[in-house]
Amino acid sequence: MIPMIQNSWKKTAGQRWLMPVLVVAGLGTSFAVPEYALFNKYIQLVMMYVGINIILTVSLNLVNGYMGEFSLAHAGFMSIGAYTAALLTMRVLPVMDHPWLFPLAVMAGGLAAGFFSLLVSVTSFRIRGDYLAIITLAFLMIVKSVIENIDYLGGPRGLPGIRKLTTLPWTYFWVVFSVWVIRNFVYSKYGRGVLAIREDEIASELMTVNTQRVKILTFAVSAFFAGVAGALFAHVLQFISPRVFDIIKTTDILIMVYLGGIASIGGSILGAVLFTVLLELLRPSNTAAILAFLPDVIFNPVNQHFIQHLGVWRMVIMPLLLVLLMLFRPHGIMGLKEFSWFIPRLDLEAGHPAAPEDNIHEPA
Amino acid sequence: MAYWLQQILNALQLSSIYALIALGYTMVYGIINLINFAHGDVFMVGSFCCFMAAAFLGLSFLPALLLSMIGSAFLGVAIERLAYKPLRQAPRVSAIITALGVGIFIENFTLSLAPYPKVIPPLLKNITWALGGVTFSSLQLIIILLSIGLMFFLDYIVYRTPVGMAMRAISWDKTYVPLMGVPVDFIISITFALGAGLAGAAGTMYGLAYPVIDPYMGIMVGWKAFIAAVVGGIGNIRGAVIGSFILGTVEIMVVAFFPSTYRDFVAFTLLLLLIIIRPYGILGKPRTQKV
Repeated sequence: MIPMIQNSWKKTAGQRWLMPVLVVAGLGTSFAVPEYALFNKYIQLVMMYVGINIILTVSLNLVNGYMGEFSLAHAGFMSIGAYTAALLTMRVLPVMDHPWLFPLAVMAGGLAAGFFSLLVSVTSFRIRGDYLAIITLAFLMIVKSVIENIDYLGGPRGLPGIRKLTTLPWTYFWVVFSVWVIRNFVYSKYGRGVLAIREDEIASELMTVNTQRVKILTFAVSAFFAGVAGALFAHVLQFISPRVFDIIKTTDILIMVYLGGIASIGGSILGAVLFTVLLELLRPSNTAAILAFLPDVIFNPVNQHFIQHLGVWRMVIMPLLLVLLMLFRPHGIMGLKEFSWFIPRLDLEAGHPAAPEDNIHEPA
Repeated sequence: MAYWLQQILNALQLSSIYALIALGYTMVYGIINLINFAHGDVFMVGSFCCFMAAAFLGLSFLPALLLSMIGSAFLGVAIERLAYKPLRQAPRVSAIITALGVGIFIENFTLSLAPYPKVIPPLLKNITWALGGVTFSSLQLIIILLSIGLMFFLDYIVYRTPVGMAMRAISWDKTYVPLMGVPVDFIISITFALGAGLAGAAGTMYGLAYPVIDPYMGIMVGWKAFIAAVVGGIGNIRGAVIGSFILGTVEIMVVAFFPSTYRDFVAFTLLLLLIIIRPYGILGKPRTQKV
């Protein structure tokens, strides 16, 4: 009797009202935090980075996790969005007098990135697997080197003097929007096509999935949100250069995706939060502040021999943790699993078709 | 004309370094289907081994080269045993992400030990000859000849020895070859050792040609060598050499005749077109897909 009640609560009440309440509460918090200075500026900044990383991770998971391709171009789409939006707010739109124009610039950044994703998705009709990974890598390098050669965009020196327009509520809005759109996309008719392409592209084509249309749409949605994240990122950092969006940035996003686990929106959110927060916590001053509750006898030697050296070693500890996680949990934190809140009710009752438990085909 | 010859010589030097690295990528891919993203960092460690051999031990060229080849080979085998072997049955993507993680780990570990760029002391007396307007340096000749020698050595191992035969057999079939008495784990380790050793040699020669080395130098060179391996048809040893020579020549020629900032743009656009025209690389064979 009790498990039945628990189950029915999980299936109906749990997701009928919990999600909207959480979303509204989060929106309220995102307004309250800067308004009443609930946290200091540094923590607010980290919160914005967390939000941007969530958008990046969820959108890359759409291509790399749900569709099973290995794309390395995400930082390239990010830079297209960042440069488009930054040019609009600096030279075209009068954002100084009309701050509500900022989302338009972000939108434009996303659309530009989505448009350029055609270059990748059209080549992916013929080319798959590792060779498509190279195409996306080459795309990333080409975007970087084109920007370096356009003087209007500042060339290799970058584009300074971007206004700080990204606020916590806006970041929150775009996070919710991207998660909502991608979740609905994944569980839509097209989403079924995306999963079918991952499992077997030729078979899905035979089963009347229009693979070309699905690929164009999936890459476009993924790139759109990468562009959005780039636009937000540019207006937090206030300075962008081609070097900000190089292969190392892509690697960071990849790590967040696979840390959280493929084909899982909840996993991507967890992965992005964990990666970003852990990297910040490993800064010497933060670690010292956290461990300050220890008695001085223990704290002083630990501080002297360990914490003060973290500045260099945190980038050694982080990849080591990743490798260990991969060795002991090769699917990431929640690979192919999903929080039940994200799953539509009918899908949940029918079992979870997005995650065939033991039927994972490798992207060949 | 002399200018052309000079540029061809420069292209040969860069290409042979790319080729030595690309060989490691392609061998590992051929045998266990893994893109070893840590390979560029093994190349970097080779450079640092050469620096240590030269600056701290005072060794001359050949011992330093041997030391860095052995050092990188050990690193390659250690990476394989500790990080890749437990993941051989896991999803392929986890192994690739592990490789990325190992690469970042090696970079930053080296960075924490050597925070500033190092300069490798000149190990060879560099003699230059001018021949009809073309300047040859002894260093350039040594790099080119030694790399070509190493490539022939590798080709000999892979196509003429029992070990090489075992490697080719494993890349052909992983189920039945062990039943024939081939020690799969040992052969895979040998493959890693060979690939990493070549990367170490490449690191030494790169360090002699461009003496300022830093822990992040392996990223770009590694990715480019990887692209060269794919262009040649990944998994194919002779293809990797051809791909590297195409990439190196294009890069040098773009710099010779256009502004140098166009280098990456032109090189990558050409490679992109090449892959679109021949999706399986120059010497790769298309695989048939079954449903």
